[in-house]
Amino acid sequence: MALQSLDIVRRSATTTPSPQQRQTTEVAKLIDVTKCIGCKACQSACQEWNDLREEVGINEGSYQNPHDLTANSWTLMRFTETEENGTLEWLIRKDGCMHCADPGCLKACPSPGAIIQYSNGIVDFHEENCIGCGYCIAGCPFDIPRLSPKDGKAYKCTLCSDRVSVGLEPACIKSCPTQALVFGSKEDMIEHANERIADLKERGFENAGLYDPPGVGGTHVMYVLHHADKPQLYDGLPQSPRISGLVGLWKGIFKPLATAALALTALAGFFHYVTVGPNETGEDEEEEKA
Amino acid sequence: MSNDRNPSRIERYSPAERLNHWITALTFLLLSCSGLALFHPALFWFTQFFGGPTWTRILHPYIGVVMFASFGALAFKFWHHNLLTRNDIVWLRRIADVVRNREDRLPEVDRYNAGQKMLFWTMIATIPALLLTGIVIWRPWFAPYFDIGVIRLALLLHAFCAFIMIAGIIVHVYAALWIKGTIGAMVRGSVSRAWARKHHPGWYRRVTGGG
Ligand code: HEM
Ligand code: SF4
Ligand code: SF4
Repeated sequence: MALQSLDIVRRSATTTPSPQQRQTTEVAKLIDVTKCIGCKACQSACQEWNDLREEVGINEGSYQNPHDLTANSWTLMRFTETEENGTLEWLIRKDGCMHCADPGCLKACPSPGAIIQYSNGIVDFHEENCIGCGYCIAGCPFDIPRLSPKDGKAYKCTLCSDRVSVGLEPACIKSCPTQALVFGSKEDMIEHANERIADLKERGFENAGLYDPPGVGGTHVMYVLHHADKPQLYDGLPQSPRISGLVGLWKGIFKPLATAALALTALAGFFHYVTVGPNETGEDEEEEKA
Repeated sequence: MSNDRNPSRIERYSPAERLNHWITALTFLLLSCSGLALFHPALFWFTQFFGGPTWTRILHPYIGVVMFASFGALAFKFWHHNLLTRNDIVWLRRIADVVRNREDRLPEVDRYNAGQKMLFWTMIATIPALLLTGIVIWRPWFAPYFDIGVIRLALLLHAFCAFIMIAGIIVHVYAALWIKGTIGAMVRGSVSRAWARKHHPGWYRRVTGGG
């Protein structure tokens, strides 16, 4: 987005504050998988609004199409069949960026301004600054960003940051016929989720619950799950996602320490030279035996 | 280039060895600048030397492969001069004398001193590790074939090995500036007899036949 933003709380590979004078309300998308009928209207709406088209693929015996997220498909209905709960269940989960409060993609990104996080919680990729290194893929605990084979840039769901910034709801929300998708302030969405969960529990889904994983500081896309105790049933939704310790070490303490250590090594050489001084082969030594 | 006729100079590196060393050095410099640019935002401006950030990302691994091949040839040529001896242990224990220029208190050094040998083995450890981890994180070509956990580990190890290697090379470059008469060995290929007697007496005796 070329529009000026005054509400940037975090910007990749940037060590000073970004313009953040304006505080916006924290938003969230709530995905109630218990209401979803797998119609994929949201998948189409996403392509419509963002003007992208997925290639026509091949059927591999599942409703899931395309088979994975791509640089064109920023959201995807994942279909799973399970008998874990004593009966055959057909679980459908709308996959896509979770808009983490502590985004691993942003932490890993080496290019200033390729990934930004707004104060409303949206994590957005600015592809014009993307260098195609794929570090964001390693940083993300949800396996979301995809590098485009066409231009080598990383793409993912924007939570329709362009629409939200002018007061509209994301395109997927607008298209959902069952209101399995709702959008609003994060606070309201949690409240709405709790009503739904109470209702589900009453109807026998004892383990119904909200998926707003604290390991990544909470997310701005949340799920209502009938089996909140087993999120991995929903095509591998992680049980307790957090930024990998390896990424944390690499982009946390190691980066400034190693940079400082290299600078100090060079400086130590300079100080050695101006104190102890160079080791010269004297004139006399030259003549000694020559 | 040869100094055969000048009785006060001794050949230390052949023209082919010098070429090999400097190809390794130049590719190392390009790799460090392009790698560090992505490592810390304070150094991101290094990308300007490579035609911008995306070119920096694209070029780095290819230069890495060139450096690996070049260093491989160098290592093949010199490894046998770098085997540690008993004297090297003593030399390392007296490191305080080394940094104070008190060479008279050190054991006899052959072609390379213990510090130079340690640098050699540090490079032997880090450069292949940089190649292997570099391939694992190389997008778009190879990274998609590796498990995400392996990629994360490779990213950390690549940065760590690069850090060790760059620190080692800073010491290497400084040593060449500090010990006067050393640069000529790798630029013109020869050193003075006095330099050889002073810093590498064991080697001096071998190449001059006891002189
Ligand atoms: C030997 C072959 C090498 C290969 C195949 C290789 C490959 C890579 C790749 C693929 C990246 C990710 C960015 C990109 O795609 O350009 C990278 C990053 C990097 N490389 Fe290398 N590289 C090699 C050698 C080196 C050497 C010799 C150094 C410096 C001593 C180095 C230092 C770095 C650094 C500092 C980074 C950034 C790491 C970070 O962001 O934390 N690399 N390398
Ligand atoms: S691929 Fe682009 S967005 Fe992802 S980490 Fe690299 S520069 Fe950042
Ligand atoms: S889900 Fe992945 S891509 Fe989305 S904000 Fe979190 S870390 Fe970034």
